[in-house]
Amino acid sequence: MDFVFDNERPIYLQISSLLRTQIVSGKFQPGEKLPSVRELALAAKVNPNTVQKALTELENEGLIYTERTNGKFVSSDANTILIAKNALAKEKAAKFFEEMQNIGYSDTEALNYINHFGGEGK
Amino acid sequence: MNILTCNNLTKRFDKTLALDSVNIATEPGKIYGLLGKNGAGKTTLIKLINGLLTPTAGEILFKNEPIGVESKKRISYLPERTYLDRDMTVEKVFDYFADFYENFDRPKAERLLADLDLEKSMKISKMSKGMQEKLQLILVMSRDADLYILDEPLGGVDPATREYILDTILQNFSENASLIISTHIIADIERILDEVIFIDNGKVVLHSAADALRETEGGSIDDIFRRRFKC
Repeated sequence: MDFVFDNERPIYLQISSLLRTQIVSGKFQPGEKLPSVRELALAAKVNPNTVQKALTELENEGLIYTERTNGKFVSSDANTILIAKNALAKEKAAKFFEEMQNIGYSDTEALNYINHFGGEGK
Repeated sequence: MNILTCNNLTKRFDKTLALDSVNIATEPGKIYGLLGKNGAGKTTLIKLINGLLTPTAGEILFKNEPIGVESKKRISYLPERTYLDRDMTVEKVFDYFADFYENFDRPKAERLLADLDLEKSMKISKMSKGMQEKLQLILVMSRDADLYILDEPLGGVDPATREYILDTILQNFSENASLIISTHIIADIERILDEVIFIDNGKVVLHSAADALRETEGGSIDDIFRRRFKC
């Protein structure tokens, strides 16, 4: 996992966002055990407390859970993960339309662009 | 229980008020950044905690006891300036630490040293400044202590050495201890800090969780520090 942080935003939010993406994209599978707090802290080169705080966020969202002696696991509830995934998709789509609007595209035009020309640059 | 508690700690040198009614409490498992410009009072505070200066007023408690012989055993301190004899070899320095501190974990120090590719027969005087800093950090982090105090551990070292220093701190820091890092080089270090303490003109002007500060004030700790202390 690559951690690149910008110091401008709370670091725990950046970590929880990164892990959330890994979970909804299936890089961490439902039911899979997560690396320990210490392992994540060393990989991210941050303080373990910061990682703990990020994991608490995800736990509150129901995306992960703690087994008391075993560590933390990704939720096996596909529905919870799907809801989180949709929320992220909505956020990204809203941002896309907003940016298209900034350069003068209406929402319909932006949609048409995606449908007809979007693939061209790829 | 708090590891360190400073109550209205004040230090006066003749007419200069170096520290003015400082109140700080540190909890186990947390890393504190003691941030301030040169001459703000950081080193005075650190010397007081280590018993190298005596307070003019106020008190310092280490695990609820006044500082003294016992606290010195449990505080591992990296001073700003090197105290190692330049003619000593690494081996000799290890002997010296093992004699001096019963909680010096020599095998751990040897392990950390092995990662550095440094010969134990090497004299301090033959080492680069960065290497000396690394060695001193190894010594300090190889003690099993309740409080680690690093005074400007990043001063005058290159970015790669800074990385090494931060990694070594994170890897060897125990959750039962508090760690205080004083520095004015904030950008490189801020991601490992739990809490930041801004000190200016001998006063604590701000004490906050690092992430909470980023959230409320906007920007990095480095930005916030620069905004506050604009010359």
